[in-house]
Amino acid sequence: MLSIKNLRASVEGKEILKGINLEIKAGEVHAIMGPNGSGKSTLANILAGKSDYEVLEGEVTFLGQNLLELSPEIRSRSGLFLSFQYPVEIPGVPMVNFLKASVNEHRKFKGLDPLTAGEFLKLMRAKKDMLHLDTELTNRSVNEGFSGGEKKKNEIFQMAMLEPKLAILDETDSGLDIDALRVVAEGVNALKTTENATIVVTHYQRLLDYIVPDFVHVLYKGRIVKSGGKELAFELEEKGYDWIKNGEN
Amino acid sequence: MENQDKLLNDITTKEYEYGFVTDIDTDVIPKGLSEDVVRLISAKKKEPEFMLEFRLKAYKAWLKMKAPEWAHLKIPPIDFQETIYYAAPRTSPKYESLDEVDPELLETFKKLGIPIEEQKHLAGVAVDVVMDSVSVTTTFKKVLAEKGIIFCSFSEALIEHPDLIKKYLGMSVPITDNFFAALNSAVFSDGSFCYIPKGVRCPMELSTYFRINTAGTGQFERTLIIAEDDSYVSYLEGCTAPMRDENQLHAAVVEIIAMDRAEVKYSTVQNWYPGDKNGVGGIYNFVTKRGICRGESSKISWTQVETGSAITWKYPSCVLIGDNSVGEFNSVALTNHHQQADTGTKMIHIGKNTKSTIVSKGISAGQSDNSYRGLVKVMPGAINARNYSQCDSLLLGSTCGAHTFPYIEVGNKSSIVEHEATTSKIGEDQIFYCNQRGISTEDAIGMIVNGYAREVLNKLPMEFAVEAQKLLAISLEGSVG
Repeated sequence: MLSIKNLRASVEGKEILKGINLEIKAGEVHAIMGPNGSGKSTLANILAGKSDYEVLEGEVTFLGQNLLELSPEIRSRSGLFLSFQYPVEIPGVPMVNFLKASVNEHRKFKGLDPLTAGEFLKLMRAKKDMLHLDTELTNRSVNEGFSGGEKKKNEIFQMAMLEPKLAILDETDSGLDIDALRVVAEGVNALKTTENATIVVTHYQRLLDYIVPDFVHVLYKGRIVKSGGKELAFELEEKGYDWIKNGEN
Repeated sequence: MENQDKLLNDITTKEYEYGFVTDIDTDVIPKGLSEDVVRLISAKKKEPEFMLEFRLKAYKAWLKMKAPEWAHLKIPPIDFQETIYYAAPRTSPKYESLDEVDPELLETFKKLGIPIEEQKHLAGVAVDVVMDSVSVTTTFKKVLAEKGIIFCSFSEALIEHPDLIKKYLGMSVPITDNFFAALNSAVFSDGSFCYIPKGVRCPMELSTYFRINTAGTGQFERTLIIAEDDSYVSYLEGCTAPMRDENQLHAAVVEIIAMDRAEVKYSTVQNWYPGDKNGVGGIYNFVTKRGICRGESSKISWTQVETGSAITWKYPSCVLIGDNSVGEFNSVALTNHHQQADTGTKMIHIGKNTKSTIVSKGISAGQSDNSYRGLVKVMPGAINARNYSQCDSLLLGSTCGAHTFPYIEVGNKSSIVEHEATTSKIGEDQIFYCNQRGISTEDAIGMIVNGYAREVLNKLPMEFAVEAQKLLAISLEGSVG
């Protein structure tokens, strides 16, 4: 589904990613872990197409297409979803309107007719039930005045509405209490199928108690320095990132 | 950031949708302004003597006045002798049915999206269409007449209700108020008149569409709204003008008078031709709008969405004379390309416990300049007066300007005046967030801008709000690539 080959990228002239290689297949869950500043969020943002970064070298193929040539909105409509670490507020734009525009853009891309207001509300209700989501969030402006937990739940809700092929969860666990974490993780698990794949970007092992990865990669100083199964996450938790840092020296 | 700037710079204008010229036989008097022209206008309209006197007094005052220069606007010199001051469709008789109306005119209305036939049947909107100054057709008059409401063209009112006009004309905006108001008072061609009797709630939104048509014709509208004790009316004004290379002068005057416990809501959506993307052409819009809350507990609210005109100079104001009276001003002003807007309000508190609220949302894109200018004046006798002002500016790109000029004068110690102002740039993060959900940058900007303006758009009547939302998005089309 996603193939990253020797990806090097910089921001404001500083090289952050120094040659990333990663293969992700349908049905897999990959965790990308690493200490702060190792390039985890940079990788997530580059995959989603944020313009602040410069790709220096490398190839990224997503569902057979050259991902780096696609605009962010085409990446989204092709099935790539980023759950933001810091979802931005858009005052005055009701969440319902925002989501409806989003869902219908995705449908148009697939050659489907837009959903009517009734169909859309029905879909929304079904997804809310599935995620045990507070019904009130969608009546408010996009993320405006949402608590940290509400923002993250709202990201997962959008993911449920859009049913992406590849979901990238950028530090979805940061700022969540244990209850919110459980709701979010259960949502992600409920959305998992053999057709889609998930990348979980996280600093802590905690989230991986709930979303069990098939593979764990440790990103450090812009490179994947270690890959393994889920047990690698426990090892990291136990020994800390110093273990990796020392290992490098 | 660079990418965003590039997008914002890649300005390719969507052609102004209403840029077409209707080929209708018009009755045009020679260009230029003199006492004879003023007399000619009055004679052509078969006006009563007092009206001619009013015009001549205004003309003589205007000769001694100068165009104001204090606004944050670059106004090219206007040659007032190059303007045509009167043009009326030659087919002057009133029509019994739409079949008799010039088919070209009906075609124009269709392009504007206001099919009169439908409007007649549509829920409660009576349309008094003013095209090049003379009212062509008025609908719903009967329904209104049953309630004693008068809603007609100004010319008609002069013939049928001269006493009301004589009594109230110039009460809110005196002849000598300012240069453009004086000019309007001398040469105004037509407009609308609205009278709501005591205790009557007008059962429908009263709507007027103005339209400038003849090349080089200045448009001088005059509107007078009188709301007697315990009455209510909501009045809508919408404007479009066809594309012209020459700049066209527009100097309208709107006067509102609200008596005891009367409420008047006045809503405007203005999208006159703003000029092309290089700043050529476009309407010069110098408007004087003022409402007087004469009666106690009366209320006047102005809501405006301004997206058009090359130059906008406009300050819809409230004079709060009656105790406990309320004034409101809600505004969205959007400028793109080379447009300039200097707009805001004046709230004059005279009565006790008077309240005013100002919400102004400026949006600037391209190389445009957008200023808010507002005066809040509390007279010594206006004890316990309250004002709250909120003035926000949103910038798209780095080549446009936004300015805020608040003037606050408080004459007593019991009054409270609050002013809040913010300036923000449209967030790249907000656009990226929309992109990541599959929404294009252009749609994202339309959405974010509408969200920003929502507080004001919500004050508009429903069908107007929908139109205004589309207009905001259309006006920004091409401001991003």
